[in-house]
Amino acid sequence: MEVRWTVLLVIIGASIVTLIPRVLPLMVFSRMKLPEWAMRWLSYVPIAVMAALVGQELLLEDGKPTSFYRSAEFYAAISAIVTAIWTRSLLATVIAGVLSVIALRFLSGWI
Amino acid sequence: MQHNVRIGRPYDEPIADSFLQGVKDCVPTLLGYLSIGFAAGAVGYTAGLSIVEVTLMSLLVYAGSAQFIIAGMVAAGGSAMAIILTVFIVNLRHLLLSAALSPYFRRLPAAKAMLIGSLLTDETFGVAIHRGTIRGSLGAKWMNGLNVAAYLNWLLATVAGAFFGKWIEHPQQWGLDFALAAMFIGLLVLQMGSRGKIFKDLFVALTAIAAVCAASLVVSGSLAVIAATVIAASVGAVLDKWK
Repeated sequence: MEVRWTVLLVIIGASIVTLIPRVLPLMVFSRMKLPEWAMRWLSYVPIAVMAALVGQELLLEDGKPTSFYRSAEFYAAISAIVTAIWTRSLLATVIAGVLSVIALRFLSGWI
Repeated sequence: MQHNVRIGRPYDEPIADSFLQGVKDCVPTLLGYLSIGFAAGAVGYTAGLSIVEVTLMSLLVYAGSAQFIIAGMVAAGGSAMAIILTVFIVNLRHLLLSAALSPYFRRLPAAKAMLIGSLLTDETFGVAIHRGTIRGSLGAKWMNGLNVAAYLNWLLATVAGAFFGKWIEHPQQWGLDFALAAMFIGLLVLQMGSRGKIFKDLFVALTAIAAVCAASLVVSGSLAVIAATVIAASVGAVLDKWK
């Protein structure tokens, strides 16, 4: 139940460098009107960042390409995409993805 | 309940901008972050961090990838400066998320902006930007509900991971490791479905995926995400301007 000074220092330092990029744009940009080109650019950030995160989560492991194609995750990802399009529900998408990957990993252990 | 949790059907009924609605809209993301939080707590404990240290880290740093990195680097005896610098780089993408969210809040007082920003994560960003795209603006109370629910879920998950992690050999084996990927897929698809420019969005998404793979060959994973985001968003902005 102890807290070491060096670890505390690391935690406080890490929290400060995490906090600044989180709050600064919201504090500055929500109080002023951004030029149109900036708005247009920012409007593509959500798609871009989510796609990059999906790509990193599925296609890469420690920065190296995985053998994703025809893996359990590949088919589970398709099942998640179809569920998302069909139900438009985030909860259903997560559940479908997890259940698919469980079932597929189970089956691939048997076949 | 089921009905309220659906964030893709906004016009079925008027939904209040309440704190409670924000909490409800957080529910679909809980599973994904419960599993990754549990893993982060377990890894922290295995790396030699005490439960108090893991708890403090979740309370103050509150960022998944950063907490894995801190645990790993502390265990490896990394210097404080090196760890803090790495965490800074890993979490730099929040600049983009925070900036992209800002147009949906009008004349937010500094203190409220700080509160909202300090609890911003990939997941709460994904849920919020989807709602913002549909409704045109976001309420601070709703956002706080979303953020606080995600924060408490993360705290609970990491502390539970630190407590119970030692008894669980392979926390990944139940498919929970896929919950995070499924959540990002869901957020991406829902976002694309609500913007009415599916072909441009598809092109931007594929650009981002290709870019993150290419960039990973030369830079670290977190920098690759930032680079891919900047490249793909620029491609989108140029496409928009051009057509």
